[in-house]
Amino acid sequence: MNDLSNLSALELRDAIAGGTVSAVRAVDAYLEAIARREPAVGAYNEVLAERAMEQAAAIDRKRQSGRPIGPLGGLPLAIKDNLCTSYGRTTCASKMLANFQAPYTATAVARLEAAGAIVLGKTNMDEFAMGSSTENSGFRPTANPWDASRVPGGSSGGSAAAVSARLCAAALGSDTGGSIRQPAAFCGVVGMKPTYGRVSRFGLVAYGSSLDQIGPVTQNVADCALLLGAIAGGDPADSTCLDRPVGDYLIELEKPIEHLRVGLPREFFSQALDAEIASSIRLAAEVYQSLGATIVDVSLPHSRIDVDGEGKVSSYAVACYYIVAMAEASSNLARYDGVHYGHRTARDVEDIVDLYCKTREEGFGSEVKRRILLGTYALSSGYYDAYYLKALRVRRLIKNDFDAAFGHCDLLLCPVAPTTAFRLGEKTADPLTMYLEDIYTISVNLAGLPGLSLPAGLSKTGLPIGMQLIGPVFSEDRLLRAGRMYEKASGVSGLRPEMTKK
Amino acid sequence: MIDAADNVTPVIGLEIHVELATATKMFCRCRNHFGDPPNTNVCPVCIGMPGVLPVMNAKAVELALKVGTALNCTVAEFTKWDRKGYYYPDLPKNYQISQYDLPLSLNGWLEAPLAEGAVKKIRIRRAHLEEDAGKNVHDHPAHTGVDLNRAGVPLLEIVTEPDMNAVEEVMSLARAMHRLVRWLGASEANMQMGQMRFEPNINLHIAHGGAIHKTPIVEVKNLNSFRALERTVEYEIHRQYEAWQADPDGFRLEKMGKQNRGYDDAREQTVFQREKEEAHDYRYFPDPDLVGVVVDRPWRERIRAGIGELPLARRGRYMDGYKLTFKEADALTQDAATGDLLDSAVAAGADAKRCVNLLLGRGAAIANERGCSIAQIGITPAALAELAGMLSGGTINATAAAKVFDTVVLESGSPMVIAREQGLLAVRDGGAIEAWVDTAIAANPQAVADVQAGGKQQKKAFGFLMGQVMQLSRGTAEPGEVQRLLRSKLGIPVTD
Ligand SMILES: [Zn+2]
Repeated sequence: MNDLSNLSALELRDAIAGGTVSAVRAVDAYLEAIARREPAVGAYNEVLAERAMEQAAAIDRKRQSGRPIGPLGGLPLAIKDNLCTSYGRTTCASKMLANFQAPYTATAVARLEAAGAIVLGKTNMDEFAMGSSTENSGFRPTANPWDASRVPGGSSGGSAAAVSARLCAAALGSDTGGSIRQPAAFCGVVGMKPTYGRVSRFGLVAYGSSLDQIGPVTQNVADCALLLGAIAGGDPADSTCLDRPVGDYLIELEKPIEHLRVGLPREFFSQALDAEIASSIRLAAEVYQSLGATIVDVSLPHSRIDVDGEGKVSSYAVACYYIVAMAEASSNLARYDGVHYGHRTARDVEDIVDLYCKTREEGFGSEVKRRILLGTYALSSGYYDAYYLKALRVRRLIKNDFDAAFGHCDLLLCPVAPTTAFRLGEKTADPLTMYLEDIYTISVNLAGLPGLSLPAGLSKTGLPIGMQLIGPVFSEDRLLRAGRMYEKASGVSGLRPEMTKK
Repeated sequence: MIDAADNVTPVIGLEIHVELATATKMFCRCRNHFGDPPNTNVCPVCIGMPGVLPVMNAKAVELALKVGTALNCTVAEFTKWDRKGYYYPDLPKNYQISQYDLPLSLNGWLEAPLAEGAVKKIRIRRAHLEEDAGKNVHDHPAHTGVDLNRAGVPLLEIVTEPDMNAVEEVMSLARAMHRLVRWLGASEANMQMGQMRFEPNINLHIAHGGAIHKTPIVEVKNLNSFRALERTVEYEIHRQYEAWQADPDGFRLEKMGKQNRGYDDAREQTVFQREKEEAHDYRYFPDPDLVGVVVDRPWRERIRAGIGELPLARRGRYMDGYKLTFKEADALTQDAATGDLLDSAVAAGADAKRCVNLLLGRGAAIANERGCSIAQIGITPAALAELAGMLSGGTINATAAAKVFDTVVLESGSPMVIAREQGLLAVRDGGAIEAWVDTAIAANPQAVADVQAGGKQQKKAFGFLMGQVMQLSRGTAEPGEVQRLLRSKLGIPVTD
């Protein structure tokens, strides 16, 4: 078959390196898949077909002349549209940057390309990565490949849908509060948010700078290890990126971890959690137990999720996260003012302030405006101590909880999201309900920890259910090995929605 | 006029902005250079494009620490970067990376020299580092241009306590600060290029009827010259006093708070500025793109050791050690290098006073012509010491030494060799001098007659003849010998 969607990224990489599949054929196959399935999914904001074919031809020539083509040689990848590329556009799915062409390429993307990868296109997302369903895209929503009436999650919904629908071999997303892990769970793929400082943020359009990390979205755990190895490592262009050696995450991937202690944070199994997801996670714990792991009950008191008598859910972590992220966003997005680049109003303006107002009114969607307003409020004098400063203290407490928990276990096992993929439009009316989508993922960003989201299985209705593994800082190798243990033992790996089998 | 019955005390503080003399900008690698065509020293970082990140220039921190240390400040062991949010077209990110609650330096002082020798200690509240903004350019009728060459240039903001009570004190502190930052190599502090800018805050405390009346504090932004600063302070003192006299109950700090006024360059006075509708809320918060800076003890000690002698200390040493006058010592401590040149020549064995005469004579004249410092005219300590030594030993006289000095500056080389080549060594040989004296007497009978007649013209005519002899000798004749011979030949008393 011309469709190579039965191959994982790692397998395709090997096939290209071995000469059984050319890079041109790989790109061609994915372009064909895009032609066939993309109209139903809407994962891409831009497909860079011509450039991808040129790059593929160059890889093939390289291979034919006996030169090394790199550890990702010829792999067609999709890139979230908030990662700058010096070719094509970088829109952040915002009207504000609809025609923005960056004169530079994000370090993570440049590293993938240096390793031989080919950028197939830029994927849809919630505008400026603000959202949990990709419905906040300034252009159009993306459909979940498992059920087109449902959302793919967000904000990296385009990347997750593209991998799930096999419209690319693998993808990059960004995760500020769960934006890689939740869409990965909704679309039945693997997604990792690395330790803060593991991957350079240079070229990632900032949302919440102290929380943002770039990470892989892949078909399985091994592909995730492959991509992470290529993008991780220090970068002189990002002061917050740590110059710490990067191991080969694939080398020991197949080796099970002995005496693994798996912690179940009891606060995460409250009424707020869908019963079917709760039982999937418990089943996953049993799988680990069957592999010789010990299951440990741990507590993350400041990440607890409260449900009141009327069923209203609340969480310190969510409150803390939204204050920190919105405060940073209000500052990060101040630069989009129509003066230097990006959208500028075509209407008549009275003065510079009028230009700012009209430009921003037209360029930003309502969720972005909401977060800028809330963030500006939280940083205003008189409110700073009560909101921002208090949020920073809560953040510290949340981090301390994780440190304490890791005194008793090697990693945490927990849900990714409280539900499976919900229907398009189901939560758009109430932003607060949408914010609760992040309830199990945001603590990880606040604490700067790595988190891996992988499929636990399918629900009765045939939708993917994700599970999350959380480890101490720089324990990516441990998470990947533990994830691989589950894949092997459960047989849940490389899930493919029906649409990819036709 | 200020009524003597009202005991008026001006209370003045200064904010001083100093652009640091780094090769590159504060958070990117663009050139830090004034005067290039608009928007040529820019990159994605300093024009605030999406997704880019600042990376701190350690050299800027080093220079700022140097200034802080020289200002006797407590240098922070840990300092961090904050974002100061406000919207302005010349601020591409619409926030400025600055330092809010943990500045690099705190609580220091600088001595402002007053009358000869006297000083007043002005307290420094803080000195923090930030990035400069760009410039709006109004050279087109329909548009405002934005030049971002200056955006991201490292800027040190030094804030004094309101310790100055007279315009003289303000000017003295401003000049001392100017000299200090140049001395340390921290800034060129060229005010035409905006490398040093002043923002005074001024009000009056008026003792009147047994109470202290305080006038509203006025802050004037962006003064680009000493003159503008001086005029602003003078003008404000009078304006505020008159405003208070006109309305002693209304024109009060408690009622009107702080005000901003602008400076009108042409009229040399401050002008009313429309009050901002709301107080500025900069929404400071820690910049998540940058990590904190740890200034450890070895770094602090290295900075301290690198500072060396400061201008006022050196000036005192010159007055005490070299027995220079205040004026001489002051002139030689305008910059570090000129004093270094003097000290090296003295260390090489030269007489300080002779060196100083050479440096402040021809040296200062040449420096003035060239618009540079004395050190920059290009005489080496060795040449200076050699020439001073020749003067002390009588091998050359002052007139000839000045000529040699000029040649050394132009062509370099050894003063002794030059003097010999040009025949400028002092001539003591009586025969040669006598010949010149005879020639001068023969050629100037009228002057001879005037000398011999005595009276009013005698002194002048004698001086003329002396000059003629010196000219004939091309400055090499030993003046004492010339005088002795002239007197004896003209038959006037040898001793005067
Ligand atoms: Zn730059």
